[in-house]
Order: sequence, then structure tokens, then C-alpha cells
Amino acid sequence: MKESRAEKVFSYFNIGFLSILAIVTVYPLIYVLFASLSDPTQLMSHTGALIKPLGFSIKAYEMVFSFPNITRGYINTIIIVVGGVAVNILMTSFGAYFLSRKNIFIKKYIMLGIVFTMFFSGGLIPLYLVVNGIGLRDNLLALILPVSINTTNLIILRTAFMAVPESLVESAEMDGAGHFTLLFKVMIPLAKPTVATLVLFYAVYHWNSWFNASIFLQNEDLYPLQLILREILILGNTTSISGGVNDANVLGVADAVKYSVIVFATLPILCLYPFLQKYFVKGVMIGAVKG
Amino acid sequence: MKLETMRPETIKPETTAKTETKSNTRKIPLKKRIIKDIIKNKILYIMVLPVVLYYIIFHYVPMLGIVIAFQDFTPGKGIFGSNFVGIKNFIDFFSDPSFIRVLKNTAVISISTLVIGFPAPIILALLLNELKNKYFARTIQTITYMPHFISLVVICGMIREFTLDTGVINQILGFFGWEPVTMLNKPELFTPIYVLSSIWQEIGWGSIIYLAALAGVDQEQYEAARLDGAGRLKQIFHVTLPAIMPTIIILLILNIGKAFSIGYEKIILLYNPGIYETSDVISTLVFRKGLEELNWSFSAAVGLFNSVINFALLITANWISRKTNETSLW
Repeated sequence: MKESRAEKVFSYFNIGFLSILAIVTVYPLIYVLFASLSDPTQLMSHTGALIKPLGFSIKAYEMVFSFPNITRGYINTIIIVVGGVAVNILMTSFGAYFLSRKNIFIKKYIMLGIVFTMFFSGGLIPLYLVVNGIGLRDNLLALILPVSINTTNLIILRTAFMAVPESLVESAEMDGAGHFTLLFKVMIPLAKPTVATLVLFYAVYHWNSWFNASIFLQNEDLYPLQLILREILILGNTTSISGGVNDANVLGVADAVKYSVIVFATLPILCLYPFLQKYFVKGVMIGAVKG
Repeated sequence: MKLETMRPETIKPETTAKTETKSNTRKIPLKKRIIKDIIKNKILYIMVLPVVLYYIIFHYVPMLGIVIAFQDFTPGKGIFGSNFVGIKNFIDFFSDPSFIRVLKNTAVISISTLVIGFPAPIILALLLNELKNKYFARTIQTITYMPHFISLVVICGMIREFTLDTGVINQILGFFGWEPVTMLNKPELFTPIYVLSSIWQEIGWGSIIYLAALAGVDQEQYEAARLDGAGRLKQIFHVTLPAIMPTIIILLILNIGKAFSIGYEKIILLYNPGIYETSDVISTLVFRKGLEELNWSFSAAVGLFNSVINFALLITANWISRKTNETSLW
């Protein structure tokens, strides 16, 4: 098919515009990477954008690794992600399984009660008082239990379970399978792509969340990585890292340290994500279909 | 203990099942069926018990906790011991000097986000859809989805670094004669920074849903439009856009419904007392009054005010859409 002149112009404009958009999107990340690898003193005196690291130094990374809070934060985050996702998946599949069964007397009311929470909530303060009231303060469970189920995810999984052919369920029941067997041996394996997507959604959520930790945790030994990052990046508290370096350097080192902390905390997820992209994308789409 | 408390619930459906089976099929050994059914459904209810408990404890108890908005609550006295003060907390809020400020800021930030942030992913999806080279399209998608996965703390840390008077944005603007200034200390720059960085983070991710809708557009319609002599731009306006309009409207309803629930998380990480005049919104006021100043009842009242507005907005947006377009959430 032949293209008119105007259409060709449009095509080139389109390619050019999207390329610029991609560069604008990714450049801040590249800047952070280059800055983290730069020599701190050169970085401080440099003005303008970076197209490559200035000099080369991993001094900032060495400092980050030697900072005990960061490694401890990393470990806490891993505990929260693993424990949190386990609770999430277990609870979400229990709920989804129940709601996908037919002929249950009170199912309708439970569903209504669950959906209502998507539109109205008690708000921050009452939730805070409840979590404190049941004694979860300074306990990693405070980061896991109050967010056991994301209602949108629950509905996504219920839809996936309802798509499992009834004949399969019946034949499994005929073989004497109980509900737990049905759930773990039939439903979850058959809805594996959806379950995988939910695992990723929940894992990213736990990895990135910081607010609940900031209001429910007082003991710094329990701080997840994101709270440590907040101290360094937002509250500007790099003194305990850069201590020992002579004063003239401190500011420059602090900047380089901030950039390397960002890389250290973000690289794992950004490296993994392109390989898992299709699951994430699938998740968004099934989430949309339900609406 | 748990099994005991489950019993009343489990019996209900069984009794109805019993009467049904009685009238329909008398000859099948009833006892066995009922026992089997009870065992089966008991496990089902045990399964859903933690789920129900979760929703009760972390959603419905906090909803009941709203009563503290009408009390002079102190944790020492508890909900049952605190005095009721009627709507005093609401009157305090409405006459507070911060009331107009947070209302205005919430409106400004949410309307800016909606007006600029809502069309952006639609435009991106339309442009991506026009690309012939699918490999190029995939690369652009992978890159633009990326910022969605970076944590808010890191994003805000980057924004703070970049917008410092010595930061890279000021340095680059400096080449064009811009006076370096710590941008987050300038009240008038807060909304632009907030909105633009949100678009940067979410434009790619937001486009996924439209790309999915675009993939479902009937190719024959393009064929027909082409035969009628429609160019690509005309095809976009007369075939593509109408085809994805239902998706756009549903998402618009959802976004309008959420308009007044601007999260506190990003704002808390970005603002400082010097720019409260443009950055303090309803949810951050709830956070500060409640968790920093421990003014529980006042804070809960502000939170309830916000919840009610959100709920009303969602209902209204849905109602308008149903009247005018026959597309609605329910």
C-alpha cells in the first residue's frame, strides 16, 4: 500500500517523538547510574548532564555496603516480601476459591461486603488505632496482616477460578478430592499465569512500600530498606555513612552515596522486570476486563 | 474453638439443602449425603473464615472507628469511654484556616493531574499503535513502563536531588539563563513538579490498558475507512477513538471518583512546611493532625469528610456517565 507524503511525515514525526520520550524517561535513571560510579570530587564540581561517569570510582558503593543499616534493611525487606506474599497468596486464594464456588448460601453477602470496602474506608486514623490496639506495633506482622488481601487482586483470581471448567472440578470431587486438594491441586495449577501475576504484584508492592513501616515501626532494627532509603534520600541523614571522610569532601560524598544507594535498591527490580514484563502486562489487562 | 464458632453458619445452608433433597429425591440415602455435604462445606467455611476476619478487623472495625470523629477521643479512655461532642470536630475543621487551603490544593493538584495526566497515556497508546516496526514499539514500551517499578521513596529522592539549586535540572536550565533555585522551596513549582513527575512515572504503565483495547479493534473497519479514502489521521479520529471510547469513559469515571483521594505518600516525601500553602492536601492534613499532633478526633473527622466526598464523587460520575453514554461501572 502506498503512503501519501503527509503520512510519511507523520510516521517520521511519530518515531522521533517516541524516541525522545523514551530518552527523557530513561535518562534520569542513567544519570543516577553514571553519578553513582563517578569520582565524588569531580561530580561535585561538574555542571550539566552526564554522558558517562566522571572518572571511575566505586568508593560510594563500598561505603554503602559497609553501612550496617542498609544490609539489615535489605534482609528485613526480603523477610517482609517472602512472608507477605505467602500470606497474600494464601488469603487471596482462600477468598477467591470460596467466592468462585456455586450454591453457597451466604456467598452473595460476603461478596457485597468485600466489594463495599473498595469504595468506602474508615481512613488512616481508625486503621492506625486498630493495628496498635491488637498489639502489632513494632512487629513485622503490622506490615503484612493489614494488607493481606488486595480486593482487586481477589476479584481477578476469582474470575480465573471461575473459568476453570466445572467438569474438571466434578471429576476431581468424584475422586474424593476435598476443598483444599481442589484449591491447591486443581484451581491454582490451572490458574497459574494469574497466580504468577499476583505474586509479582504483591511482591513489588511489599518491596516498595514504606508508609506503614514508618507509622508502625519504632525499632530501627526492623526497618525495611525503603525506610532506610527515606532517611538517606529524604531526610538527608548520610552522616553515619560518610563519617570519617574529611569535611571538604562530605557534601560530594553524600551525593555519590545517595546515587549509589538508589542503584543498589532499584537495580534488582529493574533487571528482573523486562523478563517478567508479560506477566505484569497480563495482570493489568485481566484487572481491566473485570471492570 | 474455631470449629465451634463455625457451626451456626455451616448449619444454615445444610438445612435448606435437606428440605430440597427431601422433596426431590427421597430414595438416595439422605443421611450420607447430608453428612458428606456438612463435611465439605465446613471446610469451605473454615477456608473463608480468615478472609472474613481480615475484612472485619482491617476494614469494618476501622469503619466503626469513625465514631471517634464525633467524640473527644483519647486512647486512654478508648472509644467507649470518650465523650461525644457531636459535630464539634467538623465545625472546628470548617472554621480552621487550613480548611480553605487544603481544599484548594486538593482541587488544584487533582484537576491538574486529571487534565494533563489522563490524556497522556491515551496519546502514547495511539502513537504506539501507529508504529509499523513492532520491535521498536516493544522497546519503547519496555522503557516507558520502567519507572512504574521504582519505589516512591527513590522517585522522590531523585526529584529532590535533581531539583536542588545545585541539581542537574537547575544546571541544565542555567545554560538558558535560568537563576538556580531549590525548586521544592518555591510554592508555585510544587504542582508542576508533582504532576510532571507522576506523568513521567505512570505514562507507559497507564497506556497498557488502552493498547489492549486497541488490539481488539476490528481490522475490517480500517479497511473500509481506507476504501472510503480516509487518511491515517482520519482513521484515528473516526475508527480508533470511537472504538476505545468505552474504555476511556470507564477509566475517566474511575479517575474522577478518585480525584479527591490524592495520596499522602508522595506529598509527604516531597513537601516541607515552607510550601504548605500549595502542597498541603486533605490527606496530608489527616496524617499530620492525627499521627504527628495526636489530635485523633479532629483528624478522623477530616478523614471522614474526605471519604464522603470521594464516595459522592464516584456515584455522581457514574450517574452522569450512565445518563449520557450508557457506559457505567454498575
